[in-house]
Amino acid sequence: MTSHHLISNAQTGASAARPAPVAAPGLIHWARQNLFDGIYNTIFTVLCCALLIATVPDLFRWAIWDAAWTSTNGADACKATTGACWAVVQEKYRLMLFGTYPYEQHWRGALVVLILGGMSIVSGFRVFWTKWLLIAWGGAWVAIFVLQLGGVFGLVSTPTHLWGGLPLTLLIFFGTVIGGLPVAILLALGRQSNLPIIKALCIGFVEMVRGVPLVTVLFMAALIFPLFVPESMTPDKFVRALIGMLMFFAAYAADIFRGGLQAIPRGQYEAAEALGLPYWQKTTRIILPQTLRIVLPALMNDIIRAFKNTTFIAIIGLFDILGATKSALEDPIWVSYGTEAYLFVIALYFVVCFSMSKYSVSLERDLNKGNVR
Amino acid sequence: MTNASDSATIELRNVNKWYGDFHVLRDINMQVGRGEKVVICGPSGSGKSTLIRCINRLEEHQEGDIIVNGVELTQNVKNIDEVRRHVGMVFQNFNLFPHLTVLDNLVLAPNLVNSVPRQDAENLAMELLERVRIPEQANKYPGQLSGGQQQRVAIARSLMMKPEVMLFDEPTSALDPEMISEVLDVMGELADDGMTMICVTHEMGFAKQVADLVVFMADGEVVEAAPPTEFFTNAQNPRTQQFLKQILSH
Repeated sequence: MTSHHLISNAQTGASAARPAPVAAPGLIHWARQNLFDGIYNTIFTVLCCALLIATVPDLFRWAIWDAAWTSTNGADACKATTGACWAVVQEKYRLMLFGTYPYEQHWRGALVVLILGGMSIVSGFRVFWTKWLLIAWGGAWVAIFVLQLGGVFGLVSTPTHLWGGLPLTLLIFFGTVIGGLPVAILLALGRQSNLPIIKALCIGFVEMVRGVPLVTVLFMAALIFPLFVPESMTPDKFVRALIGMLMFFAAYAADIFRGGLQAIPRGQYEAAEALGLPYWQKTTRIILPQTLRIVLPALMNDIIRAFKNTTFIAIIGLFDILGATKSALEDPIWVSYGTEAYLFVIALYFVVCFSMSKYSVSLERDLNKGNVR
Repeated sequence: MTNASDSATIELRNVNKWYGDFHVLRDINMQVGRGEKVVICGPSGSGKSTLIRCINRLEEHQEGDIIVNGVELTQNVKNIDEVRRHVGMVFQNFNLFPHLTVLDNLVLAPNLVNSVPRQDAENLAMELLERVRIPEQANKYPGQLSGGQQQRVAIARSLMMKPEVMLFDEPTSALDPEMISEVLDVMGELADDGMTMICVTHEMGFAKQVADLVVFMADGEVVEAAPPTEFFTNAQNPRTQQFLKQILSH
């Protein structure tokens, strides 16, 4: 046996645990790392600064410094300046927000918006996710329909063809999402069904609706549907538009849910089945809660799109907030200040969509807290 | 074992199953009496997991009879539910519900399926968590536990339904080596309490200690079945001998 030298070695022991090294702080250091990091980055930074310097002061002057905030005598103040004419918003906001709804009843529409907004914010907090929230929503919807339709408790009757503006936009949106989500889930579950007829129907519906533009669906609902169905059985235009929007949303959301369902490991189904859970308990307690977590980002994307899609109903003669703004601007005195009015509407849409987007991110983080590996 | 069928908890008669053209279970005949422990071993792909998954109908057999607790498994959904209520199953990958706490994982099924009031179910859950030695984890989520802890929770979850039979499908195969014994200990205690068990495992030490019968499967058929003393010292079939040589050599 030859003597053998062992090369492999490992030293035992270590220094005491110590904090991780800290990155060098300071604004200048940050800028050097992120803005002036190499020649191309530096050029890009300089170009961006130049662009900002060229545009921001002008924008500021137009939107704020030179803007006409109020105008007492028609649009005179607006004519006198080169800045923005925000007076158009002050002058027309009630028409823009409530459309063709009777002027002296606008407070009812405003209340509907407040109820929907308030309930939405409350529903955003997980601590309120109890059965009481569902009951509150039930009550809220009764109140909303009483306020919006009238005809009871001494309220003037305001049928759906008078509805318009923000309340109409919100009612179509909430109706689409609240009605569309269960339909979407059923469609997605139906697609997994062992029964060939149910499976074929669900696939057929989803593919058919996804195969046509939203505008076509709305035209079908508004114009073609009444041709085939006797007038006495035709629901009014609001309901038809809502059903059209709902079907369109449901078809897209169904496919999102289908993807989510496919991502649930087989073992989850098996564990639930081995415990003897029947189909609906397995689905609602085990599968869907996990699916919802997976699909949340994509679903929120679709919900935000559904909100923006409400503008399409203007095409079939319903005055949502965009449609109402358009008709408010037909006033010859204000007709040339559409930009400012539309900017106001854009801001409204942005606030709502951005809030939803931010909320979805925080909810995602919140829901994932429990199962970080 | 000819007369065992009178008192057998589980009886399989000429069970056959195919995956497409692949004949995965071939003429399986087996009886398991009340309180008996059967360990099934064999090379991968031999059909042992498929076999025990047929016993609670996670897989469907095409020919033959499977009778559990006197109930025959057929297309009848009622029978399937009835069998599943009496048969617990522990999986290789634990399959805990990741969106529920440990406690809720345990409480869910008895609460929903057997309408056990929540408080009673929670009391039983804590008792069982005590038994598998992790009561302090009750309010954590499965993702926060180690593999061995998760598998012990999974065993407790099955016991919540007060099963008469427990099926184990390679319960330690997905575990890190240092966690295997904590799970086997719990299973051993369960065996000592008289639970009827069918266990697919490669843990031959466990088989020697606990099993009444060791079954060796290969290519979808039962090659050899014998009590452990005989099985490990005096295997008759050359395939069994070959398998034992491979598995016991290290």
